[in-house]
Amino acid sequence: MTTATAPDEQADEQADERVSSTSTFGRILKRPEVGALIAAITVFVFFAVITDVFVTPSGASTWLRSASTIGIMAVGVALLMIGGEFDLSAGAMTGFTGLAVGVMTTEYGLNVWAAMAVALVLALVIGALNGVLVMRTGLPSFIVTLGTFFVLQGIDLAVVKVLIGQVAIQGMSDVPFYDQPKALFGSALNVAGGNVYASVFWWIGVTAVATWVLLRTKVGNWIFAVGGAQTASRQVGVPVFRTKVGLFMTTAFAGWLAGMCLLFTTSTVQSNTGVGQEFIYIICAVVGGCLLTGGYGSAIGAALGALIYGMTNQGIVYAGWDNNWLKAFLGVMLLGAVLLNEWVRKRAETSR
Amino acid sequence: MTAHEKQAVEAEEKRTDTVADEPTSTDTPPPPGTPIIEVENIGKRYGNVIALSDVTTSVRAGEVTCVLGDNGAGKSTFIKILAGAHEHTDGELKIDGISRHLSSPRVALDLGIATVYQDLAVVPLMPVWRNFFLGSEPTKGFGPLRRLDVSTMKTTAKDELAAMGIDLRDVDQPIGTLSGGERQCVAIARAVYFGARVLILDEPTAALGVKQSGVVLKYIAKARERGLAVVFITHNPHHAWPVGDRFMLLRRGKSMGDFPKSEITLDKLTAMMAGGTELDALSKELESSLGADSELIRDMKAETRG
Ligand SMILES: Nc1ncnc2c1ncn2[C@@H]1O[C@H](COP(=O)(O)OP(=O)(O)O)[C@@H](O)[C@H]1O
Ligand SMILES: [Mg+2]
Repeated sequence: MTTATAPDEQADEQADERVSSTSTFGRILKRPEVGALIAAITVFVFFAVITDVFVTPSGASTWLRSASTIGIMAVGVALLMIGGEFDLSAGAMTGFTGLAVGVMTTEYGLNVWAAMAVALVLALVIGALNGVLVMRTGLPSFIVTLGTFFVLQGIDLAVVKVLIGQVAIQGMSDVPFYDQPKALFGSALNVAGGNVYASVFWWIGVTAVATWVLLRTKVGNWIFAVGGAQTASRQVGVPVFRTKVGLFMTTAFAGWLAGMCLLFTTSTVQSNTGVGQEFIYIICAVVGGCLLTGGYGSAIGAALGALIYGMTNQGIVYAGWDNNWLKAFLGVMLLGAVLLNEWVRKRAETSR
Repeated sequence: MTAHEKQAVEAEEKRTDTVADEPTSTDTPPPPGTPIIEVENIGKRYGNVIALSDVTTSVRAGEVTCVLGDNGAGKSTFIKILAGAHEHTDGELKIDGISRHLSSPRVALDLGIATVYQDLAVVPLMPVWRNFFLGSEPTKGFGPLRRLDVSTMKTTAKDELAAMGIDLRDVDQPIGTLSGGERQCVAIARAVYFGARVLILDEPTAALGVKQSGVVLKYIAKARERGLAVVFITHNPHHAWPVGDRFMLLRRGKSMGDFPKSEITLDKLTAMMAGGTELDALSKELESSLGADSELIRDMKAETRG
């Protein structure tokens, strides 16, 4: 508004000059995932230099696997955050779906594929419930999904204990047809002496699909819109309710997918699997450029955030440091990312 | 969420996806002067509050009908009837000669009546081209490959804005980085593109400075040139006068008259608005604002009269 006194013609001339100076490089710098990309490269180089195992095939396969399940979730959570909502039940969901399949197959002898289908339906119903509750009551999703989180955590611990008498799934690999879903979700491909787990491919696939949806489909346009300005979106005919409920269901689906990867990679799930991870997903999404206030962010960024987490998580082990440094590192990353994102948002929202 | 928003959620669920994908603005417009909306002794009561009574005017293709009045005069109530947000309780509303009650904004939109509210319904962080098509995005491809027709969206947004005389540096910039006047113009251009025959603007200049108001007034004139009927709500007679063809004055929910431009002067309009007493102060304000940007006002007048 401060430049409003400049005469029209002059302003136009300046504008044209500015167009020609907006280089491709400048455009790339404006993408939300740039910060995460730079941070990821830095972290990679750092651990590659100070440890021996980090860049070896077996070393890399460990941090990639660690990044992959977190990454699947971080991408789902990022979509939801761009749509303006949070899901604190996302972590417990990974445990819940894994346990559900484990209990149904090992304890009740249900066919493994059928059990997976049932777990998927349960996850989607819980996701839809989250969404409908948030939209109907108008309560913040933070509170609604905190409730769902506690309910799921309670089920994971208490109900599982009542049903199978313990808090971890055992004998999963003896389940008939176990090998089929194992091949799909838990197998590993040997690349140059290191294992690349199926979850890594799922992670890449989920990131690619999410990026496509966000940037190139109607639904993606709606996700950005409902997160950025819900009332305005409704006024121009965006189906706000459907979009938001769909996002909660997508996060729940990611929870199921990550749960299956965990279950079939390790052939067990504990009752506390995923609990406490919900904030890691949010941190990954924020590090990847998502605004806490919604309407801005990227799936690739969230995937990079998860990569940073996985690399740091394992890098600290390889370096022989105290594992608690990870927490301090995450905190610093989060604060740095939030400050950077806030600056980007201010720039994007201010009138010139 | 307010009760109103909840209602909106419910309404939205019932709504089937009927958003027009095909813009109809390419249809040949009716000849200028054809009445599209006619209201006769229309009125609106909220319970026993009479917000509006006995209002008569017409909205014609290629003309700008200005609705003038102070705060609380009933301007918003009047346009909400035209926009389908509220149904009228008295009198008659005719669209294309057919008597109607508009039960929802969707019905009004389908009749080609588009409303640009003051909050503009834009998403500040999204690029201009995405905002332009939000809610009615064109797609290409089938099945899972169905995707946004990005190149069409970008070029159409740029061309449509250019046709309204808005030359943007870059349709990729977030709409929040545009000035208030430019944003208003994008909202107008969007309504025009999606087939509006009647464009209702609720106080588009109220929050703007002199220069930016001038820019918006220019686009109102542009929309009229394209054959649209425009309903322009304002409490500033100096904004209404350069672009208006017909002036309808409201005070305390009552019409103080409906005048074609030939039957009234700016002085008379201002006097009626101010009720005489504040006339001096207003004409001084007018002088200073004209002085500050006289070149622009001259431009504007040349364009609207020529
Ligand atoms: N929903 C409503 N219920 C009761 N009274 C209303 C309602 N909406 C508007 N009014 C009254 O109608 C009158 C006209 O309001 P409005 O049309 O908003 O005026 P304007 O837009 O000219 O400022 C005001 O006195 C206002 O209090
Ligand atoms: Mg009003």
